Amino acid sequence: MDKVVNDFSIIVGTKNGSGSSTANNTILRAIFKMGIPVSGKNLFPSNIQGLPTWYTIRANKDGFTARREEQEIVIAMNPDSFARDLASVAVGGAFYYSDDIRQPITRADIAVYPMPVKQIVRSDPSIPSDFRDLVGNMVYVGVLAQMIGLDLEKIYAALSFHFKGKQKPIDMNLNTVKAGAEWAKANLEKKDPFYLESMNKTDGLIMADGNTAAAIGSIFGGVQFTAWYPITPASSLAEALNDYLPSLRKREDGKNTYAVIQAEDELAAIGMAIGAGWSGLRSMTSTSGPGLSLMTEFAGLAYYAEIPIVVWDVQRIGPSTGLPTRTSQGDLTFVNAIGHGDTQAVILLPGSVNECFEFGLRAFDVAEQLQTPVFVLSDLDMGMNQWMSKPFQYPDTAMQRGKVLWDKDIEELKGNWARYLDKDGDGIAYRTFPGNRHPMSSYFTRGTGHDENARYTEDSAMWVKNMDRLKKKYETARKYVPAPILYTKPEATVGIIGFGSTEAAILEAVHQLETEHGIKAEFLRVRAIPFTQEVTDFVNKYDQVFVVEQNRDGQLNQILTVAYPEKAVSFKSVAFGDGMPASAKWVREGILAKYAASAKLNGGTSAAAKARSTTGKSRSVKAAKK
Amino acid sequence: MTQPLPMAGAAANVNLAGLVKNDYRGNPSTLCQGCGHNSISNQIISVMYEMNIVPENVIKFSGIGCSSKSPTYFLNRSFGFNSLHGRMPSIATGALFGDHTLKGIGVSGDGDTASIGMGQFKHVVRRNLNMVYIVENNGVYGLTKGQFSATAEKGLSLKKQGFNQYMPVDICMEALASNATFVARSFAGNPKQVKELLKAAMAHNGIAVLDIISPCVTFNNQDNAYHSYAWGKDHEEPLHDITYIAPRNEIILEEEMKEGEIREVSLHDGSIIILKNLDKDYNPTDRFEAIRVLAEAQANDWLATGLIYIQTDKPSLTDTYNLVNTPLNRLEEADLRPAPDMIDKINALMF
Repeated sequence: MDKVVNDFSIIVGTKNGSGSSTANNTILRAIFKMGIPVSGKNLFPSNIQGLPTWYTIRANKDGFTARREEQEIVIAMNPDSFARDLASVAVGGAFYYSDDIRQPITRADIAVYPMPVKQIVRSDPSIPSDFRDLVGNMVYVGVLAQMIGLDLEKIYAALSFHFKGKQKPIDMNLNTVKAGAEWAKANLEKKDPFYLESMNKTDGLIMADGNTAAAIGSIFGGVQFTAWYPITPASSLAEALNDYLPSLRKREDGKNTYAVIQAEDELAAIGMAIGAGWSGLRSMTSTSGPGLSLMTEFAGLAYYAEIPIVVWDVQRIGPSTGLPTRTSQGDLTFVNAIGHGDTQAVILLPGSVNECFEFGLRAFDVAEQLQTPVFVLSDLDMGMNQWMSKPFQYPDTAMQRGKVLWDKDIEELKGNWARYLDKDGDGIAYRTFPGNRHPMSSYFTRGTGHDENARYTEDSAMWVKNMDRLKKKYETARKYVPAPILYTKPEATVGIIGFGSTEAAILEAVHQLETEHGIKAEFLRVRAIPFTQEVTDFVNKYDQVFVVEQNRDGQLNQILTVAYPEKAVSFKSVAFGDGMPASAKWVREGILAKYAASAKLNGGTSAAAKARSTTGKSRSVKAAKK
Repeated sequence: MTQPLPMAGAAANVNLAGLVKNDYRGNPSTLCQGCGHNSISNQIISVMYEMNIVPENVIKFSGIGCSSKSPTYFLNRSFGFNSLHGRMPSIATGALFGDHTLKGIGVSGDGDTASIGMGQFKHVVRRNLNMVYIVENNGVYGLTKGQFSATAEKGLSLKKQGFNQYMPVDICMEALASNATFVARSFAGNPKQVKELLKAAMAHNGIAVLDIISPCVTFNNQDNAYHSYAWGKDHEEPLHDITYIAPRNEIILEEEMKEGEIREVSLHDGSIIILKNLDKDYNPTDRFEAIRVLAEAQANDWLATGLIYIQTDKPSLTDTYNLVNTPLNRLEEADLRPAPDMIDKINALMF
C-alpha cells in the first residue's frame, strides 16, 4: 500500500459542549507547526449542549485548504452520529471510534480502530473525575498522533499555547495524549495509508480567525467607539475588541481613548455608532444578517446625512433566522442598496484573515474620507474558523481623516463654510464636529431634506441637486476602495469572479479545471463595491465569466449585470448556498455545468478561441496600494 | 475664536458668558400657533441665557414628531441632530462620547418616547447619559394628524380614532423604574416651574427626565383630557415650589423634612435648587416615596408636578468610562494607533 502523505481530511464527530474544541484545535495547530498547510472548520449546530457537531481538518502539501466533501479519516465520539460518521469515511479510509459506543460496524472497505477512551482516562489517577470527559478527547489526539505521525512536541506547543503556559492543565492533557499514543502503539496495527510528515510550508505564517483579525485591524486603525449587540457569528469580533483594546491602547495615565458599549439591540448599536461617527470618532458596529435588517433604517440616515461608520456584517445563512451557525454570502444585494429610497452602499469584501485585519483598519479611512457608512462583509467561515495567514502588517500610510474643519479653520474661513457644499467637485463636502467651539462651526444634522447649509428644505431643485451630489460621491468612492486581486493565467479562455472566503475553493478549482479538464481560467477576486477599473477591464476580457458565490440567487452576478449590462450574456452564475464552507468540487462542477451549456450555445469553440486571441498577456497579481 | 468677552460697563443684557439672549435663539417656529412646545423652547432659551451656558457646549438632539422639530427653534449656535423616530437616545449616547465635556439636551414627544422609542428611552435612562431628556407630552400624534399616543388616558375620545381602551404609560414612572437619577414633571402652561426645573435639569450630572405636559392645540385639547390646558390648570398638583439660585457652596440635603420646610438639593456642579415642600411627607431623594406619589396622582387624576426624584451621587455614563481628559474627537493618530513594535507582539500571539 502506497503511503499518502500530507494530503487528506480528518473529521471529528462529537457532542456539542463536550469540550472537544481544545482537542481539535490541538490537532490543527500541531499540523500547522509541523509546517504542513492546514485548515480547520467547525461545523456546529445552533445549540449549547447535546446536539451532534463536527470539526473538519484538511492537511494539504500543495497548500489547498478549502473544505473537502470527502474525508479519509473519521473520528467518532458521539453515539448519536455514529452511523452517519461511519458511512462518511472515504473508501480505503480510517475510522476511529470510542469503544464504549456499541453499534454495528457495517463496513469492510475501511480500516477500523476502536479506542478505549474511558478506560485510558480512568487509569490516570491524576485526572479528577469531573475532568474525565473533557480530557477524554485528548485520547483521540494521542491515538491519531501515533497512527498518522502527529509530532508530540508540536502537540505540547499547541497545548502550551491553548492553556497560555499554565503547566497543570498542559500536563494533564499531554499525559492523556501520551497514554493514548502508547496504547495505540501497543495495540493497533496500521491498516490505512495516511501519514503526516514535517514540511516547511507554514514558515512565517500565523494562524487566526477573521473576527479577531478584524478587531485587531480596527484597533490599529484607531477605533474609538464600538456599539454592538450579541449575534452569531459576529459576537467574537466585538469580544476581541474588548480583549485586545486594553493592552494595545494602554496609556501611562491609565485612561481610555475608546469606548465599547453592548447596546440593548441592533437599532441602538448602530444608532450609537452613528452618533459617535457624527461627533468625529472612528466608530463601528458588528453584526450579522438579522441584526443588519434591524439597522437598515439607520443605515439610510447615515447615507443621507453623510456620517462615517464602519459596519461589519459577518454573514450567516438567511433569510430570517435561517441557520444561525452556517456560513453564507447572502447579504450582498441587501447591503448594496440598504435603506429605502435611492441609496448606494460602499462595500468592502475581505477574502482572507489577513484582509480582515487590513480592511479593519482601512475601512475607517474609506468611511471618513467619503463621509458615508462602509460595510465590510465577512462570513462565518472566515470570521469564526482558524486560518493560516500572512502575519498582520503595520499600516504604511497615516490615518486618512477626510475633510474636517476645526476651530482655527472656521476662523480662517471667517465662518464662510457650508456642510453640504461640494467645494472640491468630488461630491464630498466639509464637516465639523461637536466640541468645535467656534460660534460659526455648528450645523443641524437631519434625515429630512436639507440645503447646502443643512437647513430644512422641501425645495425640489435642492433635493435633486443634493441627491446628484451623493451619486457623484459614489463615483469618487471608486478611487478610495481596494482594487481586486487578479490571479493571472496566461492563455486563459474564461474568467472567474468571486469574493470573500471562497478564494481557497476557487483557486483549487482553477487548478483542477486546468489539470483535469484542460480549461484555463483566470480568477479575479473582487474586493469592493463600487467596482474599480480593474473589474471593468476583466469583464471586458472574456466572453465567459463565471460568477462564483455562496447564495441561491447569484447576488454578485446580479450586481455585475446591472453594472455591465452590455456584458450580461457573458456572466454565468455559479451560485449555491447550503451553509457549508465552499469546496473546490462544488466550484468546479458548477463551472463545468455552465461551461458545457455555454460551449454548446457558442458552437463549441468560438468563445474560447475569441478569448484566447485577446488575452495573451500575462499580468501579475495586483493588490491595491491606496 | 471671536466670542466676545464680558467687559466692564457692558450692557446689562450681556450675561457672564458674554452673550446676549439673541445668541441663544433658533429659527422661527413652524409649529402651530399656541403650541405648548413653543413655550418650552422659549424657556430653554431663557434658561441657557440665565445660566451663562455657552451654546457650543451643548448638543441638541431629537427624534421625529412635532416635539422633535423644536430643537431648530432654539440654540442656533449649538450642534444639533434630528434623528429617527424613537432613536434619539442612541444617537445622543454615541455623540456625547465624541466630547465628554459637552451637555446633551434632547427633546422628544410622547409617541417618540413612550411608543416607538420606549426601549431606547429606558436604556438611556439606566445608563445615566449626561443629558436633559425633555418629553413634550400631549397624548396625541400631531404630525400625522391626531392618532392616540401611549400616554393618552383610557377613555379619551378623539375625532376619527374613537375611544381609547388602553391604560396610559406614565413617563415619570417608567423613568423611575429604570433607575433614573432625575425625574420631574411640569406643565407647559406653568412657565415659571418649567424654567426652574429646566435649570435644575441642566445642572444635574446624568440623565434628567422632564415630562412636560404640553397640550396639542389642534388635535387633543378637549377640556376633559389630561393633556389639555383647561384640565392641566384645574388638576395641577405642585409637589413644591422650586427656585434656582446661582452656584455657591454646596448645601447637603437633610434626611427629614417637616411640613412647610424649605429643602435644598445640591447638584453636581455646586449649584443648588431650593424646594418648597408642600406635602409634609415628600422627600425627592426617596425613590419609594416618588413611586407612591406617582401612583397616588394616577389614582386621583392629579397632575403631580415638580421635582419628583433626584439622586446626585451617581456618575454619568461617560464618567464611568474613565476617558482621557482630552475629548476623544480631538485625539490624533499618535494617541490612537498602537506603536509599530506592537504588531510583532500581536503576530506572536497568533498561533
